[in-house]
Amino acid sequence: MISFRDVEKYYGTYKALDAITETVEKGEVVVVCGPSGSGKSTLIRTINRLEPISGGTISVDGIDVHAQNVNVNSLRSRIGFVFQSFNLFPHLSVLENVSIGPTTVLRQSAQQARSHGLVLLDKVGLASKAGAYPPQLSGGQQQRVAIARALAMQPPVMLFDEPTSALDPEMVGEVLNVMKQLAADGMTMVCVTHEMGFAREVGDRILFMDAGAILERASPEEFFKSPQHPRAQKFVADIRHA
Amino acid sequence: MIEILDRYGLLLLMGQYPHGPLGGLALTICLALAGLVISFPLAVLVGIARTSPWRAFRLPAALIVNAVRGLPVLMLIFWAYFIVPLMIGRSVSGITTVICALVLYELAFMGEVVRAGIEAIPKGQVEAARSMGMSYRQTLQKIILPQALVQMAPSILNQFINLVKNTSLSYIISVNELTYAAYQVNAQLLTRPFEVYLILAATYFLICWSLSLAVGKMERSVNQRRQLAPGAA
Repeated sequence: MISFRDVEKYYGTYKALDAITETVEKGEVVVVCGPSGSGKSTLIRTINRLEPISGGTISVDGIDVHAQNVNVNSLRSRIGFVFQSFNLFPHLSVLENVSIGPTTVLRQSAQQARSHGLVLLDKVGLASKAGAYPPQLSGGQQQRVAIARALAMQPPVMLFDEPTSALDPEMVGEVLNVMKQLAADGMTMVCVTHEMGFAREVGDRILFMDAGAILERASPEEFFKSPQHPRAQKFVADIRHA
Repeated sequence: MIEILDRYGLLLLMGQYPHGPLGGLALTICLALAGLVISFPLAVLVGIARTSPWRAFRLPAALIVNAVRGLPVLMLIFWAYFIVPLMIGRSVSGITTVICALVLYELAFMGEVVRAGIEAIPKGQVEAARSMGMSYRQTLQKIILPQALVQMAPSILNQFINLVKNTSLSYIISVNELTYAAYQVNAQLLTRPFEVYLILAATYFLICWSLSLAVGKMERSVNQRRQLAPGAA
């Protein structure tokens, strides 16, 4: 579904991604973790070309993401992306947030986009908020709307960039539950997150990153019980104490 | 003063209209409104060009903005007065000249307001729109401009206040707006400049002051919109 081959990225002379080679299979839930500044967010943002890369190739569904001639808009419409800071459109109602992608990008009729949007809002438990505006919602509710907005494009892949890091602790659960539901439905997911419970419950694999490189690949069970790489050991010990 | 208003009030208010051309305060407002209405869409284009990812748009827009901002309005009026007829090969009325100059001036200043408004929209908004597959144009049209224009509304009204005051410069090419009308009244009375120009000053002040009250009100409502629910992220 997603494959990285020798992907490198430089910010000036700083190496942000170092020889990343990895494959995410269809239906797989991959959790990316690592200390801050390790390149996790950069990595996930290269998948839909929010960040350019300096070398190597990334392909999604067989399409070379960073090729010159690729239609980046049509590519992005098939990759759902959920941000740490939600980034809902504050001038649009919740339902409009969810239906604007399908109407403008997929050229769906307003009616069709709205009815599908309501189904998705129901799925994330927010059908009653369809007419509300984002600033009226709690962080957890906003993030659930953001997930519904991404799902409205019916993407085969969903990317999550620290979806719960900006939330108050009591709202983390509601967002994770939606993500778990998605995973149970068979969605291919790449999640940058430190939520160990989530990783354990639905993660198929964990990638541990530091200094722009993937240092360890393991099942969640193994990774949290007996990390191999010294830096992974330190990381697991640190988040346990947090 | 009452006596002056009594005799010349109508002249100051609307010139010789309806027996002659419109003038006075009515013309002042018309000039300012025309300046705003014509320059606004152009200013939006300038603001978009200034924030464009393409140099071919950014550079000429920057050139116009910086050139115009470095010149006094009076200079623009002179230029329009002499250059516009040369360019189009026939003479133009003073009113057209003034509107051309004001539009050029406002296009630069309001273009900067639009640019600031676009740049003030958080980067995450653009990323969210683009990551759904929306094009640059769709993002601008559906996400950036609707938000930016609402937030810019007070600044735009502020520019209108500037415009109202700047129309007084058209006095120099004998366009019969409020200042010129007052100048004529003063020329007829000869001995009462203080009162005549006090009336002139009070009129400008009242208009601009009530407009700035409206700006304040608008700012408060824009801010309120931005933080509908206190505490929400």
